[in-house]
Amino acid sequence: MKRTLSRLLDDSAERYPLRTAVEDVDQNKTVTYSELGYLTDLIRGALVERGVGPGDRVGICAPKSIGSVVSILGTLKAGAVYVPVDASAPPERNASIFNDCSVRAIIVARETLSALTGALGAPDIEPPAQFGSLTQYGCDLVLLGGWEEAASRPAPYHEDLAYILYTSGSTGKPKGVVHTHGSALSFVDWCSATFEPAGEDRFSSHAPFHFDLSVFDLFVPLKTGATLILFGEESGKAPLQLAAGIAERGITVWYSTPSVLRLLVEYGRLDRYDWSSIRLVLFAGEIFPIRYLRALKAVWPGPRYFNLYGPTESNVCTYFEMPREVPADRQAPLPIGITCENDRTKVVDEEGCEVQHGNEGELLVAGGSVMAGYWNLPEKTEAVFSVDAAGVRWYKTGDLVRQQPDGNYVFLGRRDRMVKRRGYRIELGEIEAVLYRHPAVLEAAAIALPDHDGGASIRAVLSCSRGVVPSSVELKAYCSRNLPLYMVPDRFFVLSCLPKTSTDKIDYQLLRTLG
Amino acid sequence: MKKEHIAQTVKDYILKEFLPGENPSAINETTPLISGGILDSIATIKLVSYLEKQYQIEFKAHEFKDNFENIAAIVSIVDSKVAAK
Repeated sequence: MKRTLSRLLDDSAERYPLRTAVEDVDQNKTVTYSELGYLTDLIRGALVERGVGPGDRVGICAPKSIGSVVSILGTLKAGAVYVPVDASAPPERNASIFNDCSVRAIIVARETLSALTGALGAPDIEPPAQFGSLTQYGCDLVLLGGWEEAASRPAPYHEDLAYILYTSGSTGKPKGVVHTHGSALSFVDWCSATFEPAGEDRFSSHAPFHFDLSVFDLFVPLKTGATLILFGEESGKAPLQLAAGIAERGITVWYSTPSVLRLLVEYGRLDRYDWSSIRLVLFAGEIFPIRYLRALKAVWPGPRYFNLYGPTESNVCTYFEMPREVPADRQAPLPIGITCENDRTKVVDEEGCEVQHGNEGELLVAGGSVMAGYWNLPEKTEAVFSVDAAGVRWYKTGDLVRQQPDGNYVFLGRRDRMVKRRGYRIELGEIEAVLYRHPAVLEAAAIALPDHDGGASIRAVLSCSRGVVPSSVELKAYCSRNLPLYMVPDRFFVLSCLPKTSTDKIDYQLLRTLG
Repeated sequence: MKKEHIAQTVKDYILKEFLPGENPSAINETTPLISGGILDSIATIKLVSYLEKQYQIEFKAHEFKDNFENIAAIVSIVDSKVAAK
């Protein structure tokens, strides 16, 4: 039988029915593998009854919970493609994502139902189906749709699609990164071989399900019959409770962006707890600032530490094990590491020719974990792949790197205007596109500057219609209605007009020097 | 402690940390802070940490969702925690 992500659940439910599969910290609920198997069958049944079949897209719009895990796995069991969105993002943005990939159905938390249906503007929304059996896990989810017209828009790829993750798009519209069961399993299998998880392991989940780190959380423990411990949005905001929760629940494998751990180190009073159960700490999404890493290793000296690197488009493609001791005088960031065994990498110049070992260039990735392409963006997809003489598709990451003599890559910067903030990818162009739609704004430029915490601070510089200058408070409120919160600029500056280069383009270099 | 004093302390901190250069009259006790994009998760943690130190109180995770949407709500929970000490 062909391997799929949902087969991982079938196997574990058969082998380890009584083991705990998922614990939800916020709701204080747990579910065993056998219960997970049963609940996902219910979701599959409800989807199939609404006409959902292989290749159809199913939107998931719910806070992180046992219910959203069940929804994702039930969708995969139906052979469908899950499309998770940030339930707290503006409903219009989520509706445009669901329209973009023409979902056949949506599983949505009741609390966001009316906002979402309003934004979808679909005149023929049927009465939603309830999932009563999930209420005992603190989840009030409903199923919308079964829309016929979605079935007439088949997937643009022939392989078995598993999920679409939407990331910030430079033209102002999020773009859907399409992964197959094969690309996800390539990544999951590599993780299993490299980190050797066991059934006794307890994985902490910090990333939301619309973020690519969640692919590890959802499927690596599932394959092993281990336990996934969900830390929701609320827990993440309370470092003191988060620290206590992690210690009490005996977490053995930690995987998050560095920003979560930075907060824990700064505000979590980690020295008060026993951390002996943690054996593995993994980071991804951005480079770990070295001063926080030192502080973290001082309180958590036991575990092995790895940095995992890879854009959403390729899953993780390089990894680096951090040294036991971080030299006290080291300020430079640590490398992003060597190539994962299931992928291949190379560094090319602007003409696409491979550079000499040690020279700067763009990192390209090929191999099992690379995406099928972007959803319904054939030109964009073609532009980000380069096909070599042997017919191998290489994904162009846009990341500039240099390879050290020991084989480790060092990250040097971006080729375009994408920035990372708390692990999230942000295309500055998407922020500008939203600002240009504000009635008072004539010109808009978004720039990212390093902040004192080792992250990025986003500034928006605007010029406005004569005599109409909105306050920062108004502009922040406007942005938060149109963008996820992590994309709202930190500061706004209003000028009479934006500085231009000799070719009459906005002079971003000059803007970066403004005080 | 007077509620007006807590309100002014909270407002001053928000203006200084998250709205530098903004006219103080741009926010009042009912300005939406979280849904208005002024307090994101990191900013909320910084504000909580500041309030915990300033007033010698502690917040629990479930108290964040409904008590930080505007200055009036923050004042109310800080005041009740100070009174319960």
